[in-house]
Amino acid sequence: MPIQYYIILSLALFCIGIVGVLVRRNAIIIFMCIELMLNAVNLLLVAFSKMQYNTAVIANKATTVGAEGQLFVFFIMVVAAAEVSVGLAIIVMMFRNTHSIDVNFLNRLKN
Amino acid sequence: MNAIILSALGGIVMMFTGIFTQNKIVIKNIAIITLLLLLIGNLLHFYGIYMLHVDVKDMLQFNNFGLFFNTIAFTSTLIYFLLSGTDITKVGINVAEYFALIFFVLCGVSILTSFHNLLMLFLGIEILSIPLYILTGADKKNLKSNEAALKYFLMGSFSTGILLMGIALLYGASGNFSIESVPSTTSKVAEMANSSILTPLGLLFVFVALLFKVSAAPFHFWVPDVYDGAPSVFTSFMATIAKAVGFIAFIFLFESRIAELGPSSRIIIPFVIILTLLIGNITAVFQQSVKRMLAYSSIAQAGFMLFVLYSNNDISSEGILLYSVAYSFATIGIFAILIKMKDYTFEGYNGLAKKEPLIAAANTIFLLSLAGIPLTAGFFAKYYMLLSAIKANGQNALWLVIVAVLFAAVSVYYYFRVIQAMYFKEGNPEIATTNTSFKVILLALAAIIIFIGLFPTVVLNFLYF
Repeated sequence: MPIQYYIILSLALFCIGIVGVLVRRNAIIIFMCIELMLNAVNLLLVAFSKMQYNTAVIANKATTVGAEGQLFVFFIMVVAAAEVSVGLAIIVMMFRNTHSIDVNFLNRLKN
Repeated sequence: MNAIILSALGGIVMMFTGIFTQNKIVIKNIAIITLLLLLIGNLLHFYGIYMLHVDVKDMLQFNNFGLFFNTIAFTSTLIYFLLSGTDITKVGINVAEYFALIFFVLCGVSILTSFHNLLMLFLGIEILSIPLYILTGADKKNLKSNEAALKYFLMGSFSTGILLMGIALLYGASGNFSIESVPSTTSKVAEMANSSILTPLGLLFVFVALLFKVSAAPFHFWVPDVYDGAPSVFTSFMATIAKAVGFIAFIFLFESRIAELGPSSRIIIPFVIILTLLIGNITAVFQQSVKRMLAYSSIAQAGFMLFVLYSNNDISSEGILLYSVAYSFATIGIFAILIKMKDYTFEGYNGLAKKEPLIAAANTIFLLSLAGIPLTAGFFAKYYMLLSAIKANGQNALWLVIVAVLFAAVSVYYYFRVIQAMYFKEGNPEIATTNTSFKVILLALAAIIIFIGLFPTVVLNFLYF
């Protein structure tokens, strides 16, 4: 498959994520949309990595080109997991105090 | 390398301290000693003494500029611990963890001052941000703190997503994660991926994400709420050290690549600078709370620091270091006093000069420095930034410099409102009791600011020795 398909798919997922963050008002859903953005990036990185490998392998059979792209994906996953643990803790903390996870509820600081 | 290892170890040491003792004074003193060790370790790096010889595969590169910024960040943190350490212990019950988290932030800072690879940029930003989300929400029962933490977290991870998308696109164009623009190993890849679009688009995404992190307009909207809602002690840390390092990341990344952003970069950067100055300064004028005013003023100061992207030369690199010193020291001082006040509004400062003349005098010097009045560090910081713009672009930059100076004049209004309240208004301000050492450190800090204002080259000479 040409790389353009992957780019378009990833950008589409990424945009769905961005729109979700901007439009939805439920903290958990916003959070899921952010995860969607990160996973779109993962998909794109893997696709690019494979693309780099496919071009390099013609010249040299034992090439490792493209490995770092896939390694990066693991780092994103680890960091995303760390972020989830902190983020869910923050959401739970807020829920304990307000009994709601609606971000519209969050306007005390405005005035 | 010393700084990265020692700061991470420092965080672990603080977490273990929390297991073995609950004595707040002991914990605070251990934190100060650990920080001193970290500072010494970083200074040793200047002389080529390393703890470990790690092969970093060129993912990190250490130069005097980054090491010097580390020194500034650690010194500011040390002053911050000395001034506000007691207040950190009053935020909640998990005292040792707050110090541990601050050490982890410093680990992120040291990575961001030495990264030479986009992976390290990403990890550095995350190691810097995640502890800050927790610190923002440290006051668990306070709804404002909760709200600030959630907002900061959502906005922070949103910008991380954008940053990652930028990195992925850059990877697609070049086939590696180096921050220097290396042409793709195989020209065929470049053709397939149509890298002529991928590189500018990727750089734009990274640019936007970093603007988020340094709170530049139009991505500043989370700043006032987060800085206002977070416990004041941690706002002080967030607004200074964690923010200034964003500009260092900016410099490393865009030093050589700013032109690749496309011809529009010549328009985008002045636009961002002016918008940041405009929003920061004008909104700060209308604030009633000093804490919120400082949040907007930090946006305005970011506008000046953004000149480093516009001019991108030696003077601007020196200027950003001087600016970090001037801004961090003054803001830490102002916040240290703010934390002691009962009432955060301007009225709360009424008559402070009569009750606490020394504290009011120190506060005045900090505010003058932020406003950029001559004889204080803030003046030379602003001077270097504006000079660099003239040096870089000559006559064409003149209008931008004039606009910046006009906004600096606006900033004088809201900084002087605090001075006016302290000296020329009657009132009985409620201020927590302060001991002598607090006042001594505060006056020493004020003296340092005036000293740098008189001899700015003393600081900058460190860069070249």
